[in-house]
Amino acid sequence: MLKDITLGQFFPGDTPVHRLDPRSKILLLIVFIVALFMASGWAGYGLMILVTALCMAISHISPRNIFKGLKPMLLIIVFTAALNLLYTQGTPLFPGWPITREGLDRSIAMVLRIVLLIAGTFLLTYTTSPMALTDGMERLLNPLKKIGLPVHEITMMMSMALRFIPTLIEETDKIMSAQKARGADFENGNLLQRAKALLPILVPLFVSSFRRADELAVAMESRCYHGGSGRTRMKQLHFQALDLWALALGALLLAAMILLRHFGL
Amino acid sequence: MEPIIRFENVHFSYPEGEREILCGINLEITEGSFVAVLGHNGSGKSTLFKHMNAILLPTSGKVWVRDMDTADEDKLLDIRRTVGMVFQNPDNQIVANVVEDDVAFAPENLGVPSEEIRQRVDAALKQVGMYEFRMHAPHLLSGGQKQRVAIAGVLAMQPKVLALDEPTAMLDPQGRKEVIDTVTRLCREKGMTVVLITHHMEECIGADRLVVMSNGSIVADGTPLEVFSQVELMEREGLDVPETTRVLHELGLPKTAMDPESCAAIIAGAKS
Amino acid sequence: MSDLRVEALTHVYSAGTPFEKTAIQDISLQIPSGQFVGLLGHTGSGKSTFIQHLNALLKPTSGKVLVDGEDINQDKKTRRAVKNKVGLVFQYPEYQLFEETVFADIAFGPKNMGLGKEEIEQRVREAAHFVGVEEELFQRSPLELSGGQKRRVAIAGVIAMRPGILILDEPTAGLDPAGCRQILDNICTYRRESGATVIIVSHNMDDAARLTERLIVFNHGTVAMDGSPEQVFSRPEELIKIGLSVPQATSLAMALREKGIPLQGSIYTHAQLMAALKEVGVC
Repeated sequence: MLKDITLGQFFPGDTPVHRLDPRSKILLLIVFIVALFMASGWAGYGLMILVTALCMAISHISPRNIFKGLKPMLLIIVFTAALNLLYTQGTPLFPGWPITREGLDRSIAMVLRIVLLIAGTFLLTYTTSPMALTDGMERLLNPLKKIGLPVHEITMMMSMALRFIPTLIEETDKIMSAQKARGADFENGNLLQRAKALLPILVPLFVSSFRRADELAVAMESRCYHGGSGRTRMKQLHFQALDLWALALGALLLAAMILLRHFGL
Repeated sequence: MEPIIRFENVHFSYPEGEREILCGINLEITEGSFVAVLGHNGSGKSTLFKHMNAILLPTSGKVWVRDMDTADEDKLLDIRRTVGMVFQNPDNQIVANVVEDDVAFAPENLGVPSEEIRQRVDAALKQVGMYEFRMHAPHLLSGGQKQRVAIAGVLAMQPKVLALDEPTAMLDPQGRKEVIDTVTRLCREKGMTVVLITHHMEECIGADRLVVMSNGSIVADGTPLEVFSQVELMEREGLDVPETTRVLHELGLPKTAMDPESCAAIIAGAKS
Repeated sequence: MSDLRVEALTHVYSAGTPFEKTAIQDISLQIPSGQFVGLLGHTGSGKSTFIQHLNALLKPTSGKVLVDGEDINQDKKTRRAVKNKVGLVFQYPEYQLFEETVFADIAFGPKNMGLGKEEIEQRVREAAHFVGVEEELFQRSPLELSGGQKRRVAIAGVIAMRPGILILDEPTAGLDPAGCRQILDNICTYRRESGATVIIVSHNMDDAARLTERLIVFNHGTVAMDGSPEQVFSRPEELIKIGLSVPQATSLAMALREKGIPLQGSIYTHAQLMAALKEVGVC
């Protein structure tokens, strides 16, 4: 079950989306999110759905993988929908019902927003290797170095975290099995009992994470790591014509959404 | 030939520790040779290993890598690119989510130009037989494959010495064989100096030289054949010797071979 | 002291997805009470999946596991109860230690069984004794111990549940020769004194040959060989074909026979080899 978590997963491929510079993809995701929050009417949401579907088709990412990623967020989505559905003032859908027409509209809009937001984010992480992603982020944030932000260190930490997620998931699985074999019970009992039952997992996990961090630091130093200064990259980032086209399309999308909003569509 | 690593009367103890972990080590490692270091847990062999690239510095005495003193901080990067280190746990030395990105890590740190990194990475992956896995995620590889990626990651620095600290301790027999075959080949074909720390006696048989450590000192040093022939000493140290050597020893025959065929020939010769 | 029966056991991982993988297929076997069994097979042969079925950590895709004649997968209750009968020690068990003291960690299993305080204390002492953990260590943190000691504490944590069947997945992995011998001695002591069935997964042919009464060899999710060490090691070519090795004594005996020395019988330990050499007049 823990293995189902898809966070940070990358599906290698050779589609135009995969080939885009990670910097363009990060910028496009920001544009996408801004555009998404511009959407106010059905035409706007329709356009956003269309754009998302198109990107998925071009990058050969199947809807199934997106939905798999949505699973852990299901609770939040349902909760948001229910809240909007029940607590929006307006004209009741049927006389005597607590559900209003406005409430229905709003909850559909909210669900669409969350789903599209997650889908867009997954499109980025599924088509960009974590190395390229953090590299792109480092370059985009580079100007902030001037104000003393440790950009290299932050992005290095991010890529390490992504690298160790699968390892730690595997380890958690192993520790859980071992404690279950000793009769530990993770499924029954009240909240407090269950929280206590997690101790036999968390303590070994922390102990081993500290050991790993220690060993990793020595291994990195042995491979001549000494911070970001003087580092080069095997895979250099460069903008191509493709990136210009993609960014132009992004700008167009943004413009279209602003227009649609202006006309209340 | 000039020694590439030289230990000069090295003592080491941790500041808070009362016990001395290395007690006056003198050791010279010849360039291009395959040296195995055998010892039980706590014999000091891992501490010895960590002195080879200045992870640890001697409390007294000197460690030289070529003509560089490991205590000289200005030489740190040069020392570390000369002596590449592979550690026991393959998971805890792989830094990237894609094999080739991981192998590129060291040359990137050294500021090697991009095109050259690409060449070094491809060459290193080919040398360990992992080139076709260059786009894979490391956590999906077997232990032996991960350890070969770790070796490639070190080779990409183009080191003179490949030092490995119990690289097979967490592997199955298949993975062990992959790793030992790989380092043996690197030594024999590419002239790489190999220092292998281990507690598996079978991994030492193919080495040029075998050093046995116990309680922070070197207690035996010679060819594997010479060292394993000292059966009583090895038993006293809690270490195994090959079955062939043990049989020849108990039969009172000359211990001049370790492989089953030659050993069988010696026994057959003695019988007739 | 429990006996174990496995009937047509099959396990398929991620059934119905593109990642579907049959780990073990149609395994049937019986292990009588008190037997010392070695499980051999390379990584991915299905032996890890197999042992996790024996205490209901994994549910069979099809087939049955019976302990003392009772199906362990009947319901939630039997799946839980079997953990007290079948003790499973995972690889690198020292990584499961979590309590503040050695005593508390060994007591974790018995505590989960719902035993009384005195009973728990008695079991902890007994288990610690089996694995040679001195009582002076009881109040120390398990994290302060040496690698070998940690592992023995972890094994004691399972032994303290007094399992009738004790399963150990590569209990000596990563230890030096002295550490290996000590752990194996501890396991033998436990078996001798408790009469428990012991199943040990090993990659070390010399240990498997020396200690066990029966060897089960896994290959591609099925049982490829099953018999006494004598029977299994009399077919060295088959073992080598599966990708396993033979004990050193066996390969030397094979070489000696090739050189025309007529060694008698199945040889898989040092003592047997020396005896056989004596018989044909060498030494």
